[in-house]
Amino acid sequence: MASPQWPKADKRLHIGKPYDRLDGPIKSTGQAKYAYDVNVPGMLYAKVFPSRYALADVNSIDTSAAEAMDGVKAVWIDEGVLGKEVRYVGQIIAAVAAETEELAAEAIALVKVDYTPKEALIIDTDPSLGSGRPSEREEGTPAEAFEAADVVHEGYYGIPVITHCCFEAHGQVCDVNEAGAQFWPSTQNVSKYANGMGESLGVPESEIKVDCQVMGGGFGSKFGHDKWGVVGGLLSKKAGRPVKLMLERDLELMVGGNRPSAYGTVKVGADKDGNVTAIDAKLFGTGGNGGYRPPPVPYVFTKIPNQLSSGQRIQTNRGGQRAWRAPGHPQGCFITMAAMEDTAAKLGMDALDFFKQNLALTNRPELYAQELDIAADMIGYKEKAHLRGDSGDGPVKRGLGISIHQWGGAGHPSECDVSIHADGSVECRIGTQDLGVGTRTCVTMVLAETMGLPMDAVKANIGNNAYPISGASGGSTTIGGVSSSTRLAATAALNKLLDVVAARMGEDALSLEASNGRIQVTGDDSKSVTWNEACAMLGTNSINERGVNEPGESTKMGLMDSGVGGCQMADVSVDIETGVVTINEMVAVQDCGLIIDMKTATTQVHGGLIMGVTYALFEECVYDNRTGRMLNADMEFYRLAGLKDIGTLKVHMMTGPGFDERGVIGLGEPPVISPGAAISNAVANAIGLRVPELPLTPDRVLNAIAKGGQS
Amino acid sequence: MSKETRGSDPQGVSRRGFLKGVGAGSAAAGFIGVGENTAQAEGQDAPAIVGPGDGTYTLNIDGESKEVTAEPRATLLDVMRNRLDVTSAKKVCDRGTCGACTIFIDGEPAYACSMLALEAIGHKITTIASLGTPEMMSALQKAFVKHDAQQCGFCTPGFIVAATDLLNKNPNPTREQVRDGLGGNLCRCGTYVGVQEAVLEAAQSMKGGA
Ligand code: FES
Ligand code: FES
Repeated sequence: MASPQWPKADKRLHIGKPYDRLDGPIKSTGQAKYAYDVNVPGMLYAKVFPSRYALADVNSIDTSAAEAMDGVKAVWIDEGVLGKEVRYVGQIIAAVAAETEELAAEAIALVKVDYTPKEALIIDTDPSLGSGRPSEREEGTPAEAFEAADVVHEGYYGIPVITHCCFEAHGQVCDVNEAGAQFWPSTQNVSKYANGMGESLGVPESEIKVDCQVMGGGFGSKFGHDKWGVVGGLLSKKAGRPVKLMLERDLELMVGGNRPSAYGTVKVGADKDGNVTAIDAKLFGTGGNGGYRPPPVPYVFTKIPNQLSSGQRIQTNRGGQRAWRAPGHPQGCFITMAAMEDTAAKLGMDALDFFKQNLALTNRPELYAQELDIAADMIGYKEKAHLRGDSGDGPVKRGLGISIHQWGGAGHPSECDVSIHADGSVECRIGTQDLGVGTRTCVTMVLAETMGLPMDAVKANIGNNAYPISGASGGSTTIGGVSSSTRLAATAALNKLLDVVAARMGEDALSLEASNGRIQVTGDDSKSVTWNEACAMLGTNSINERGVNEPGESTKMGLMDSGVGGCQMADVSVDIETGVVTINEMVAVQDCGLIIDMKTATTQVHGGLIMGVTYALFEECVYDNRTGRMLNADMEFYRLAGLKDIGTLKVHMMTGPGFDERGVIGLGEPPVISPGAAISNAVANAIGLRVPELPLTPDRVLNAIAKGGQS
Repeated sequence: MSKETRGSDPQGVSRRGFLKGVGAGSAAAGFIGVGENTAQAEGQDAPAIVGPGDGTYTLNIDGESKEVTAEPRATLLDVMRNRLDVTSAKKVCDRGTCGACTIFIDGEPAYACSMLALEAIGHKITTIASLGTPEMMSALQKAFVKHDAQQCGFCTPGFIVAATDLLNKNPNPTREQVRDGLGGNLCRCGTYVGVQEAVLEAAQSMKGGA
């Protein structure tokens, strides 16, 4: 009988090994079809008309010239804003669908909107512009603690709004008629993409089919069908033709989601031995016209005995924030770790010693101690470390920086069906999606592992809402969810097969196992049949079993868990004459429980580091404070790191005893949290003072040097 | 009160004038206008004026001649993707910044988003489809899979084309030369480590005659 618990290390056939991602070949040959690539017969192209104003009354929307144009097949206007306000630049007011993309672009240019502009709030760096009362929190007796502290550091830190910049823009191809609808969206949420769409489209929601086999990046910005999903659907229905609607790059950057800013002052109190006793953080920022939660400060060092914090939301007339890989954490991490490192510098202490000294203030002191030692070895900390600013003569200064982070990563609810057929074939169906993290590969590995079969003997079907419901891919919840549901379904199906085989072999089903392509008496392959012989015993029947991942139950069973910690260190050089920061090396040490595919897991960490280098050095949405327009809504001036910017990256995954038996934990978010903090700390260590804001652009570095640091 | 029109043309440059300006003359030779859409400008050597409106012309893509009907203002990327279902080249920045649309024109890499389709008339367009298939991948494509040089994979075809060009020109690149050579291709998921290892390994395996 097979048990759903994960096999012990010496029994694992696939799990934990570095496997190539299964969709690698179609991706590396250009054959993968993304939503953007779907071309169906009769398809029209849609373009949208975005608001030019950050705040304005919409008096009229005139689409008559567009409608009169040859080739235009459907026009949509947002009745909801007519006579009311638009609240950010880029807000979609109207749309057209036409025979060609060129005609659609020409038609949308003919739309005339009559606005009455109003004064908008764009600026997010002045807390007095905040709306509502700040959130406040107090623990212990911070006033007394600061009074008693031997050293008090106070600093200002800031991290601006950045955007997701998915390579595949948001959007979809759809074909909608009275009877039903087919959507091919770029989504992180196949099973529930269509939720709430039926009413707007006038189509029974159960008749909306969704398919997404590959998608070009989401990072937290592609959970819903969005306004453009509904607009595309309505245009399609009106025209009686399929419609492709993908956001153009400028709109993608302005309205496709962004990460909230965070600014504020932080005060840290410590005794002369370097024990932190108190923290006070006054934070503010904007999520555009979306919600705002101040980032968690103190971050990781959550047990600082005396704490005061406040957070002020500034409601601005900008595109709304969305979950951005590890929501709130990169900001909270940067602000906390920078303030900690500044405190160490004030005490004249080595940063690594200081972090270690205070690990008792975290939830995982032993793990972080272990990870800090490993990271220090990997980066050569002992040989390279120096006290802040002690970086010699010459214009190029070198420094090291440290950061630690945490994440939950518990698997989401997920259902999976597994079938075993009489011809020996095995497949599963699961309404999950592969964002490029290796979900398809990992599900296949779990299925093959459970059946004791090679990878190519089983097939995972994902990316369609006809399959059993699986959660959205966000918050690092996918791998725990889908590996648990697949394991449960596969075990149940296998046990059905073992029953059939046991009856034929005259053995007790309890004594049978699936191993290396055979069904055998456990540990004795002399009493065995091949997999195909076993399945042939099903005759004309198939086995179909459903596995339901109920996170609480699966956690108790040891299939999944939550709560990970990671450590990163950066080695940078800063040219104090040009202000240019160069990454020499970064190391990441990360735990995430039982790793299914070592190769795609390692790729995730590399990806997190590189996204982290990008927001640490380059990324920032620049807004015109008068008009509210994003000034760098293109990929030339909204800069991403390239191959020349990343230095050498090294990754160490914590595996083996103490980690594997926790079960599976998500990995998408953790590695992107620390880079900003580690790099900022390395720059401070190199040049002897804090550059208070990210990204660490040359102007910011030179300004900080000119000012001589914070008082 | 103010009226705004998206995409309105402040300089008043007409499409006709624009095409004349970029000198699409030779290209226009292959462009058969539909109706009154092609005209000869004044003067002997003046370029032909094409458009507005559809015309029919032939593009040579991956060794095949493909007839297409499109407006002269359509970019090569849009014509390939929208008219010919050649979707391996991706539209990401649409202005020559990211490299996701990289293809070969007469063996030289080019951004398909940054040229008009009719500029490609009479030239050999080569896409990733000519480099390998999932069943018969090139050494470089195999190395991309092995070194996991793709996550979402949206940037990957552009990287493969650019890296193929790099290895054609420099079969034995150093790590630094790979970084320089591919520094202009961007990836949001952060696959650069795999890309770099893949290119270096492909160079090795190609030397071995594989
Ligand atoms: S889409 Fe052509 S370079 Fe980015
Ligand atoms: S793999 Fe997603 S953009 Fe490169």
